[in-house]
Amino acid sequence: MAVIECNDVSIKYISGDIKQIGLKEYVMRKLTGRFSKRVFWADKHISFTLEKGDMLGIIGSNGAGKSTLLKAITGVMQPAEGKIHVKGDIAALLELASGFDPDMTVRENTYLRGAMLGYTKEFLNAKYDEIIAFAELEDFQDYTFKQLSSGMKSRLAFSIACLVEPDILILDEVLSVGDGAFRKKSGDKMKDILSGGVTGLLVSHAVGQIRELCNKVLWLDHGNQIIFSDDVETICNAYEEFLITKILPENGAQMKQMADNYDIRLYKEKEEKRKKEIDRLSKILNKGSSDEAIEAALRIIRKNAPDLLDKNELKKRAENSQKNHT
Amino acid sequence: MSELTKTYKRTKRNLMKNRFLFEQLVKRDFSHKYKGTMLGMGWSILAPLLQLLVLKIVFTEFFGRNTPHFTIYLFSGVTVMNYYREATTNGMTSLVSNASILTKIKVPKYLFLLSRNVSALVNYMLILIVYLLFCVMDGIDFHANLILLVFPVLCLLVMNIGVGMVLSALYVFFRDMTYLYSIFLMILNYLSAIFYTIDRFSPKVQRMFLMNPVYVIIRYFRLLVIDGVVPSLQYHALCAGYALFFLILGSIFYKSLNNKFAYYF
Repeated sequence: MAVIECNDVSIKYISGDIKQIGLKEYVMRKLTGRFSKRVFWADKHISFTLEKGDMLGIIGSNGAGKSTLLKAITGVMQPAEGKIHVKGDIAALLELASGFDPDMTVRENTYLRGAMLGYTKEFLNAKYDEIIAFAELEDFQDYTFKQLSSGMKSRLAFSIACLVEPDILILDEVLSVGDGAFRKKSGDKMKDILSGGVTGLLVSHAVGQIRELCNKVLWLDHGNQIIFSDDVETICNAYEEFLITKILPENGAQMKQMADNYDIRLYKEKEEKRKKEIDRLSKILNKGSSDEAIEAALRIIRKNAPDLLDKNELKKRAENSQKNHT
Repeated sequence: MSELTKTYKRTKRNLMKNRFLFEQLVKRDFSHKYKGTMLGMGWSILAPLLQLLVLKIVFTEFFGRNTPHFTIYLFSGVTVMNYYREATTNGMTSLVSNASILTKIKVPKYLFLLSRNVSALVNYMLILIVYLLFCVMDGIDFHANLILLVFPVLCLLVMNIGVGMVLSALYVFFRDMTYLYSIFLMILNYLSAIFYTIDRFSPKVQRMFLMNPVYVIIRYFRLLVIDGVVPSLQYHALCAGYALFFLILGSIFYKSLNNKFAYYF
């Protein structure tokens, strides 16, 4: 049973009409015959299906159409072509900290935002303390919103939004909120919610996050759908290769090739790093000037590349050092 | 017709579902209005009170009118016009100033317009109290019929919502609307016979005044309060007709543009 079904969805923005260029420019262009509306397709022919419990990662460079697609799924925007079917309640965390009222207190903003997300009064009354505690804003409840730091704002936004138990959860770059400690806390909370069987969509520039959390992946580039697949590992590899080479794959075979290339690249980089390390260490060992330096170098080698060491020599060294001590 | 009842039912269901949000929005609009002031809500009464006093002095002392109860004649016009102005100009910006929310969370957009109308209405209620106080001071008899004032207020509310729908939708596409509308309001102000009487015009011109819905409402007040006459049934129908006309016009306008808003904020 599909929870979200996107069928050949295209979304367009129109620019250059009278509103943007102003009346004077409009008349001028009309007179000189240069007036034309420019249509910009933010998303072109996107299709995918998500089942209950799926977690979709959406990747793509800036301006690929990720956020616009999410807005269409939330229902804030209507696609120009194609159909989107959604079953169940959606909780969308898009650009969290905006949309708060700077002149209202933290308490008032919490209630207002909660109401917008569709919570009832009773629910908010019951959960209010929990929200504030999670956001760590106990001492700031009666401050106006403009007095808060931007980290505090995002923390509150995240806390309010995360209390829902929605059927569908949409996350747009929200897992990088607040300081290190809060980021860990919010990440854990997110995983908690996700393990509860919600269907999720995650936009992130951190490919590692996608690998960790998602079981399906959608790659967009300039509004085009490059691929929708459940082979997250391969696609993510190919995407990272794309980020380096800037060459898009044209078919499945190329995708595979790119993923392999990325693996090879990673392997090479690792080798290179290891070689550098070993070179550095062997220089220290060859000098053989100070016992302490040698000991330190050995410890590092033991940790990083134990296969380099000659076992017998090691034993001898250990015995020697013991003799010296006694 | 079934389309209309369906729309009505859906709107009602949405309103029930979003009652809490609506409550919060009204609260916000109120706190915005008085933010940073020391008198707070007091200004709702004080500002119109002072305005009315100045008008009273200017128009009754200096111009020395001989219209009976000219003060009340004047105030009926001023208060109704002020309410119409406040509700529609606030309504006009209701979508655009909440754009940051509307583009991120899916909420029924008209809630923002309705909440502004409610806060304008509450404000007007306070002013009505001042108005009635002036009536007492001016020696107007209070009779049970005054309860009928609820009718023009209700018509005005519905009309304001309808006009607000048209304006707020237009404002998304043309920000020039604020300037155009303030000029329109000024003209309307002079065409609504607020500080002059229309007896000196020919009957034909007098009838033309009835084409102005704001004047129709003002006249209802004057007939009922000053003359103590309950307006005819036709007159009631005229008020209700204007209200419904603007509501339907607004709804159609709004609905046809609803899906385009998000692209223009």
